[in-house]
Amino acid sequence: MTTLPPLLELRNISYSSPGQSSPLLEGVNFILREGRIGLIGPNGSGKTTLFQIIMGLLKADAGEILLQGKVMEQEKDFRKLRRKLGFLFQDSDDQLFSPTVLEDVAFGPLNLGASPEEAQKISISTLEHLGLKGFEERITHRLSGGEKKLVALATILSMQPKLLLLDEPSNNLDPTTRERLIKILRGLDQAHIIISHDLDFLASTCTQLYAIQDRQLVRCEDKQVHSHEHIHPYGDKPHQHGT
Amino acid sequence: MIEEPFAEGNTLFHRRDTRVKLIAAAAITLVLALTSSFLVASTGCILTGMLLALSRPTPSLLLRRIGSVNLFTLFLWLTLPLTYGGDKIVSFFFLDISLDGLRTAALITLKTNGILFCFLALLATSTVANLGHGLEKLGMPRKLAFLLLFSYRQLFVIHQEYQRLQRAARLRGFAPSNSLHTYRTYSYLFGMTLVKSWNRAERVHQAMILRGFNGRLIPLNQPQPCREDYLFLIGMLLISLLLAGIPFF
Repeated sequence: MTTLPPLLELRNISYSSPGQSSPLLEGVNFILREGRIGLIGPNGSGKTTLFQIIMGLLKADAGEILLQGKVMEQEKDFRKLRRKLGFLFQDSDDQLFSPTVLEDVAFGPLNLGASPEEAQKISISTLEHLGLKGFEERITHRLSGGEKKLVALATILSMQPKLLLLDEPSNNLDPTTRERLIKILRGLDQAHIIISHDLDFLASTCTQLYAIQDRQLVRCEDKQVHSHEHIHPYGDKPHQHGT
Repeated sequence: MIEEPFAEGNTLFHRRDTRVKLIAAAAITLVLALTSSFLVASTGCILTGMLLALSRPTPSLLLRRIGSVNLFTLFLWLTLPLTYGGDKIVSFFFLDISLDGLRTAALITLKTNGILFCFLALLATSTVANLGHGLEKLGMPRKLAFLLLFSYRQLFVIHQEYQRLQRAARLRGFAPSNSLHTYRTYSYLFGMTLVKSWNRAERVHQAMILRGFNGRLIPLNQPQPCREDYLFLIGMLLISLLLAGIPFF
């Protein structure tokens, strides 16, 4: 019996930022087995850097990235990888660059070889799926922060990736939009890795938690029971927390 | 925010295919730019003025645009009559005014405004994005078309970064005055704008690469010129031929 190779595997990834003497990441190993993963770690611990290395935007000093069992080496390999992995940036303003929402969402499919008609169809259905019907002709830089985040997600989903890398997606979202994003993420078929400091958000969208600790990627224990005080007024209502 | 107010609308000109408008504008501009005849320049100015009226621009915006261009021609009116020389000179109090200079200033003004009207009617009624794609379709090298589209897009980014920094400075009580502090602050602002726009440009580029960008922008809407577009083009070419032919009658 043959088992499929994991979608993504990292082997011994090390990386030092230019001009820094000590490495940021050292010997990171990771195999994506389960679909929904949360990634935590202090500011500057290399979470975003790890995403950039996976996408081939930064080159690791050592180690291998494997996509479905194949080692990614050249830019050509990463070009293939980028069709399967979608990366949602921390700042949506960096991700939206076309004048209208529809053009921005269609940018990926067009680059992947879809005809303008197909690209338009995919984009409209993606927007509809995210509850953004009627946004097609809106001007991207005039959207609100929450709308920008959802449109940025649409620009990635329209490429129909197999894995999503989301960098702090719940930052600066109001509670309603945050709930909406949670619902969307729970409803997606794709696997995802989410960087966040928002443990409640991770608890509702992920089944497993990893942390960057001492330059390594460490899997967190499943459940820990503890009591704590709430500074928000919803403490007496039932709600979930991460680890 | 930089806007494209003239591109909004739904007149005959807004509906025309961008390529057709580019060719028409090039033909009319060529005739007007090369002519030295008063009759051609003034007829051209009137005709393009009529085209402009048909594109129904917002009057206040239109006046501001025309005004800013004519600020340059104003300088010609101020300098040419005094410096042009020639035989025909009228003395006016202590000034020697050259009639040839006046004539040249008037001719340049007519030509400038004719071309301006033509561009406002034909090109400003398309968005810069459409113009870029139109030029590429007409055979302009892809790299140049890309450069045009992205320089334009980057203007917004730089403008936004600058505004953000300026706001931050103002919120902390910065009021420009004629002092070393002001100059230093402005040089910091400009420097930071440059650095931040560069960083942002890099991130936008990364976002594009991640979505499969390989150096070519593929437009989503590529309408084919229709029969009305061709008729429009023929009409515009006839106008430019007419203008070019005036001196031979």
